[in-house]
Amino acid sequence: MARQTTPLARAGSAATTKRMTGGQALIECLYRAGVDTIFGHPGGAALPLYDSLYDARAIRHVLVRHEQVAAHAAVGYHRVTGKVGVCMATSGPGATNLVTGITDAMMDSAGIVAITGQVSTHAIGTDAFQEADVMGITTPITKHNGQVQRAAELPRVVLQAFLIAGSGRPGPVLVDIPRDIATAETEFEFPEQITLRSGKIPPAVPSPNQIAAAAALLRQAARPVIYAGGGVITSNAAPELTALARRTRIPVTTTLMGKGGFPETDPLSLGMLGMHGTAYANYAINAADVILAVGVRFDDRVTGRLSDFATGARFIHIDIDPAEIGKNKPAHVPIVGDAKEALRALDAQTPPPDCEPWHRQIAEWKARYPLRYRQTGDTIKPQFAIEQVYRLTDGRAIVVTDVGQHQMWAAQFYLSTEPRTWLTSGGLGAMGFGFPAALGAQIGRPDALVCALLGDGGFQMTLQDLGTAVEWGLPLKLYVLDNGSLGMVRQWQQLFYRERYSHVFLKNPDFAKLAEAYGAVGINVRRVDELEPAVRRSLEVTDRPCVVAITVDPEENCYPMIPSGQSVKEMIVEDDRIRD
Amino acid sequence: MTGSAIELSRDAPSAARAPMKHTISVLVENTPGILMKVAGLFRRRAYNIHSLAVGVTEQPSVSRMIIVVEGAPEILEQIIKQLNKLIEVVKVNDVTGFNTVDRELALIKLNATPATRMEIMEISNVFRASVVDLTEKTMTLEVTGRSDKIDAIMSLLHKYGIREMVRTGQVTLVRGTQPT
Ligand SMILES: Cc1cc2nc3c(=O)[nH]c(=O)nc-3n(C[C@H](O)[C@H](O)[C@H](O)COP(=O)(O)OP(=O)(O)OC[C@H]3O[C@@H](n4cnc5c(N)ncnc54)[C@H](O)[C@@H]3O)c2cc1C
Ligand SMILES: Cc1ncc(C[n+]2csc(CCOP(=O)(O)OP(=O)(O)O)c2C)c(N)n1
Repeated sequence: MARQTTPLARAGSAATTKRMTGGQALIECLYRAGVDTIFGHPGGAALPLYDSLYDARAIRHVLVRHEQVAAHAAVGYHRVTGKVGVCMATSGPGATNLVTGITDAMMDSAGIVAITGQVSTHAIGTDAFQEADVMGITTPITKHNGQVQRAAELPRVVLQAFLIAGSGRPGPVLVDIPRDIATAETEFEFPEQITLRSGKIPPAVPSPNQIAAAAALLRQAARPVIYAGGGVITSNAAPELTALARRTRIPVTTTLMGKGGFPETDPLSLGMLGMHGTAYANYAINAADVILAVGVRFDDRVTGRLSDFATGARFIHIDIDPAEIGKNKPAHVPIVGDAKEALRALDAQTPPPDCEPWHRQIAEWKARYPLRYRQTGDTIKPQFAIEQVYRLTDGRAIVVTDVGQHQMWAAQFYLSTEPRTWLTSGGLGAMGFGFPAALGAQIGRPDALVCALLGDGGFQMTLQDLGTAVEWGLPLKLYVLDNGSLGMVRQWQQLFYRERYSHVFLKNPDFAKLAEAYGAVGINVRRVDELEPAVRRSLEVTDRPCVVAITVDPEENCYPMIPSGQSVKEMIVEDDRIRD
Repeated sequence: MTGSAIELSRDAPSAARAPMKHTISVLVENTPGILMKVAGLFRRRAYNIHSLAVGVTEQPSVSRMIIVVEGAPEILEQIIKQLNKLIEVVKVNDVTGFNTVDRELALIKLNATPATRMEIMEISNVFRASVVDLTEKTMTLEVTGRSDKIDAIMSLLHKYGIREMVRTGQVTLVRGTQPT
């Protein structure tokens, strides 16, 4: 059977064969895989693993207060560094607490390895203390999972996990290690390289014929649009995408996950498309005759009703995962391969199409339907708060969001210009993601300015880890847009459930006091004139997290909006009140 | 009951050859959990599994699953692409429409009194089934063949009262030198 071989990140510290415990072998493997950080939380079945970690000098362990945070932090770390993130938990409750974070990584194709302790091999399946069927639970939410059945196979299972998590379309891989295997002392053999059956890592280089076909289609296009997504970020293809778009002058719209793949400050940028995308991006994609879809998966938040999406367009679809091509929308030119390689090849062959009228049309849409809101009086509009953060950080922060209205406003108003500076939970939409992912991002990029834009609802799902951020002295900025409600749900209830507000209002704590109690800096902002000074002050804090809780207009709704399952024809462009 | 009637039921277009029914061969590494991973991909899309037979192959580390499924072809194409991504999967092949040998085995335990025994034996002879157990009240037949042959004998045996039955699910190999 043909196999693919990949060398390891680091040569080992030990000879290729060495006598040690399973726990020590795990640490040795992590080291060889290039791991420098683990986000984790110990417990009974993981005790032998943690005992080995005690001696690990080259690996730091960030003790989180809840395992969900460990998984989200691993994603945050992965997104900003491009390296595989690592989280670790004990059996049973520790492992089940990881589940949301693992699912988020699966949905958003983030490369993480989750290591879980397990009860001893002889006790598995007996409802032993803190036993959960972690293999069963995580099979549908991982790219791959494996339980170490015999000590000797531990190095192979662990090192393969890293290769699988980080290659092709990245994703979460879980390794379950029974307690007796972690304890047993054996002669371990460490492979010099890792092998996988061939075909499991998809080929990066696209077919030249398909590239030629795509170039031919683009050349003749009158109304071309590039629809770029998370795959552009993963493949580090932002420079290639930017070069191609600028040379051919083809407008670019990015998905929520693709933000940063093309500078949103560029005149060719249409911003985000989809349910809460800009009106002009949605008009453009639906009027296009050729769409170059790259690293995107035609998610329903983007397409709305599939049968009405971009009905006049022919699609070129570049994706490294063959299973994505044709999944939701048939591709006229399917291109399986790495976005970077494919875009580079396309750039060499695609002359600029002649489409001046198209550019004029888009300019007209942009002028007629800009993103806008009205800031009047003392009450802070959430969009205004985000724009202030954007302005005062010079648009250079790594921005991490939670899930809800504030997430959409952040996508609209915090323009992204660089890849790996926009982190959000898109596919799963997991509230509670934002703060932990920001924590992981700051650990991965200690010198970067990391700003989390959070809702008051989502922040309260994982805020207990303020303790962790304070302990590590992370200078995170946490801007909590406090609308006293589960805003996005309230908006839907207002628009689609006749204002029957069912269980969406929150009685919130004093967030500044709460932050101070943890040893972070806390600032409450209620009036519009307090906003800028508070943001400025937060940016001056360098040795600990700063929570800025901003009371915002609780009635503001997020527009544009294409209601779920509908099409661009049903788009609500903006709040009627704006024109009063 | 005449031989020709039985011939006819054998050759009649059967469900197994209906356009929506597919036979998928999946070679997998012999690891615990792989059955669940494979079955899970069908379950997620609510794809109907008619039968799933699995056993080790000429290579001890590799098992072959033969899965007979029915449903929309576009969804099946998706499932096959997803199957291909599983690390433990060695090869997936949709052998529907290939020139294949298809077999299934069934054990059928039915009510049989001394009065009905001979009749049942006659039916079983026509189908080349064999009697593998006999008691005062019951008779157990073993029958091998294409799934539609098993359906056919079942329909003839129903009137005697079937107490229990078990089918292995279809196993399939492509004929000749071409691999399955
Ligand atoms: C409240 C809420 C509202 C939302 N509203 C919107 C919205 O209005 N607009 C919007 O866009 N999204 C929205 N989303 C997000 C949406 O649900 C999806 O997560 C998102 O649209 C998917 O982005 P994507 O298509 O870029 O794919 P991703 O999920 O980022 O997938 C990446 C794709 O790229 C491929 N890929 C990976 N690596 C490579 C490589 N090296 N080369 C080539 N291809 C590669 C993968 O196989 C995959 O197909 C919303 C989410 C929430 C929670
Ligand atoms: C874990 C989880 N539970 C529930 C939801 C459903 N949901 C989506 S947005 C939202 C409201 C979020 O409120 P908040 O965090 O205050 O942000 P806002 O919308 O007000 O900006 C809810 C409940 C979710 N996405 N995730």
